[in-house]
Amino acid sequence: MTTALAHPDRFFSDRYGLTPSRLEGLLGTAVGGRVDYADLFLEYQIAEELVLEEGVVKKASRDISQGAGVRTQADVRTGYAYTGDLAIENLELAARQARVIADQAGRAGVMAVRAESRPHDLYPVAEPPVDAPLQGKVDLLHRVDALARGQDPRVRQVIASLLSEEQVILIATSEGWQIGDIRPLTRLQIRVIVEENGRRELGGFGGGGRVPFDFFLEQERWAHYTREATRQALLNLRAIEAPAGTLTVVLGPGWPGVLLHEAIGHGLEGDFNRKGVSAFTGRLGQKVASELVTVVDDGTIPNRRGSLNVDDEGTPTGRTVLIEQGILRGYMQDRLNARLMGMAPTGNGRRESFAHPPMPRMTNTFMLPGGDDPEEIVRSVPYGLYAVTFGGGQVDITSGKFVFSASEAYLIEGGRITAPVKGATLIGSGPEVLTRVSRVGHDLRLDEGVGTCGKDGQSVPVGVGLPTIRIDGITVGGTQV
Amino acid sequence: MLERLLASARRRGAVEADAFLVEEEELTLQVRLGQVESLRHARERHCSLRIFTETGSASATTSDLSPAALERLVDETLALAAVARRDEHSGLPAPEALARAIPDLDLLDAEGHAPPLEEKIAVARRAEAAALGFGPRVTTSEGAEFWDRRACVAYASSAGFAGGFEASIFAFSVTPVAVQDGEMQRDYWYTGARTLAGLEPPELVGEIAARRALRRLGARKLETQEVPVVFDPETAASLVRTLTIAATGPSLYRGASFLVGKLGERIATPAVTIIDDALMPNGLGSRPFDGEGVASRRVVLVDRGVLASYLLDTYSARKLGLAATGHAMREPGGGVGVGHTNLYLVPGPHSPEEIIASVDRGLYVTELIGFGVNFVTGDYSRGAVGLWIENGELAYPVEEITIAGNLLKMLQDVELVGNDLTFRDQSAAPTLKIARMTVAGH
Repeated sequence: MTTALAHPDRFFSDRYGLTPSRLEGLLGTAVGGRVDYADLFLEYQIAEELVLEEGVVKKASRDISQGAGVRTQADVRTGYAYTGDLAIENLELAARQARVIADQAGRAGVMAVRAESRPHDLYPVAEPPVDAPLQGKVDLLHRVDALARGQDPRVRQVIASLLSEEQVILIATSEGWQIGDIRPLTRLQIRVIVEENGRRELGGFGGGGRVPFDFFLEQERWAHYTREATRQALLNLRAIEAPAGTLTVVLGPGWPGVLLHEAIGHGLEGDFNRKGVSAFTGRLGQKVASELVTVVDDGTIPNRRGSLNVDDEGTPTGRTVLIEQGILRGYMQDRLNARLMGMAPTGNGRRESFAHPPMPRMTNTFMLPGGDDPEEIVRSVPYGLYAVTFGGGQVDITSGKFVFSASEAYLIEGGRITAPVKGATLIGSGPEVLTRVSRVGHDLRLDEGVGTCGKDGQSVPVGVGLPTIRIDGITVGGTQV
Repeated sequence: MLERLLASARRRGAVEADAFLVEEEELTLQVRLGQVESLRHARERHCSLRIFTETGSASATTSDLSPAALERLVDETLALAAVARRDEHSGLPAPEALARAIPDLDLLDAEGHAPPLEEKIAVARRAEAAALGFGPRVTTSEGAEFWDRRACVAYASSAGFAGGFEASIFAFSVTPVAVQDGEMQRDYWYTGARTLAGLEPPELVGEIAARRALRRLGARKLETQEVPVVFDPETAASLVRTLTIAATGPSLYRGASFLVGKLGERIATPAVTIIDDALMPNGLGSRPFDGEGVASRRVVLVDRGVLASYLLDTYSARKLGLAATGHAMREPGGGVGVGHTNLYLVPGPHSPEEIIASVDRGLYVTELIGFGVNFVTGDYSRGAVGLWIENGELAYPVEEITIAGNLLKMLQDVELVGNDLTFRDQSAAPTLKIARMTVAGH
């Protein structure tokens, strides 16, 4: 249905009669001569989910949401109103509500809105994942189930979910431009529960991105995910209690990059720094990491889950250097916070949907590779933890304390990887942890494409990445004293 | 409208169907350093349809309520149902399980939504001003937020149910930041109620938020050790929620819970009784019926240490050979999940001071961060913030530590339960002492 939609602007004008001149009129209502800036965010989104459990696809659902958000800004103030109904009367009402905020003089008028073309085309897909035939998706989930169960008789339960999404957006601003984007997104996630002598354990794996459904079939990715989930679950059957205390930790490549997301990423978002409440406030140009560490946020990597052609304010995404050889270089900005801090927007203004105003968010955040051999990094550790897969994390922006939870980890004893240990939470201090990075591998890897980041109740898809690194001391929250 | 939608679904091949219509109006405003920083208004509607055909079942949701869009909703749901399979347990609740009458739980405060915006802004301003004015070390604020929502829910099913209710929620919170010798700490406090008048005074909320931020200043790290751990009411409530997730039907029949097969068994010390009461008048989690029209009730989940009930929707109940408990919750795509309503740990005889005084050396936890819970095994490992207890008194703040254990073992180690239960959210608990956990630090 949506394959013909090369032009998001035509989508909203054909379907809802929201032509450029109508949008201009709405912006005029929002501005009302008293605000600095106004924009409109139109969205149409389809999310389809299929879930297999106990060998059958039991759950099939589809959520179609559409709506518009109208935002006005006057100095630091933001007015935001949204409606789930794209009828023009409702949009006008929203525009009037958004204007309520502007009770002080501003300066903007509305320029004639003209369309701009997208700066990138990062995720062209011949067939959007929401349009791929249902039967093929169901067949894939059954193959996952059969493979997992065929791998080992201890497999008791396989839960596989396939999410296919498409978001069509159009942004029009009082500065006189509009820009649209069509964003495909898909994710296959597999959880396997195994049981042996009454002990049950869980393993999980998945992947995806802004890619067509066939992505999972290419290179038999689905089979790789399935084998990984099963392997992890079986491994956990013989995991021993995790150690407790401060240890040397080696993080494997890829998903452990969630460390960066929590330890420094959120603390470098413009809003917290503009308010002066981040542990990184006022530290631009200072040393916050070892000189081996360079970290970037890059929204322009083709087909990645965290990538965007333009952010949700219409700013082209880019590559922002956050830390360069240990020195703090930049923040991630949306338009409002960039303006208030006298900086340039970086293409990090994102929102979950039309129901939410944008704020600075990460895209794909990762550390650049170093020169060390990953195996040699492990060999360099007399006693420590080798952690390769993580669940979620969280951070207290102000104190800088962050956590992230390992779901696959091993002891390192005498430079060798030995026993698998149970999952444990790692806790550290954002401004300090990267100063203790003593080795950086040459094996940078990005995650498989399953990450979702929550902030202020808004969820957005993100990516992370990391080469193998050694951290000389971080607190591991196990039970073995 | 719902009846027409159900009729259309049945005409085109659905054996059974149910549908929800939710209309909401919401206002969120943020004040920072006395200035209104953001104001958000919304009016939203969406409709969910779930159908069961002879062979399958599926659901779909739309925010476009035009007749053409609703016809498309039926088409799309049927297309999905063609690829999904149902089994002998799936389907609508039996008629006798449905709510017969809709009890008035006093969930709507129509007048509370009436006051002009300025009054709501004033509440947020007063709360923030109280926090900022509490002392010179409270230097800034992440802001204060006021939030209210009015929702109207209608539900109808081909099993013969049609009902609805209206509900209000009012809340505000404030997040001050305190500074001392280059160290910066934030904390927050909040109040929430079904009526505007039920909110706590802004000055009180602001003052508590400021005290909470201030008591974190000078935080130290601890040596790794095993000690008694006292959870304050907020973190104790989080622990009860965590336990309850493991007691939900879907995680049980999938074998994804450490509570599998434990119904009727002693899982905790007799000091532990946990109740979920959907019928609490004015309760922030109250509702007259659940997401499938099943009558709401008060359920004792843990009765003096014995696991007495699970939280079940119709499907998971049938799978487990039990009766539904009225805990179905509709998900964004229209499917059914399971969740608690007003969940609480029944208070015990001890004052919080008494509980702290019972600890020679141990940890008083005031905040937990991270997601380190394995529901299959019960393994628990989370980041913590709190105060160190020495000789029965709160001695100094601590941070950058973790607490770890296994939930089943922790339940068996509950030593004391406080008498300080207050409902300020959909879940609540009094102060709680666990005999021993691993605290990791240096």
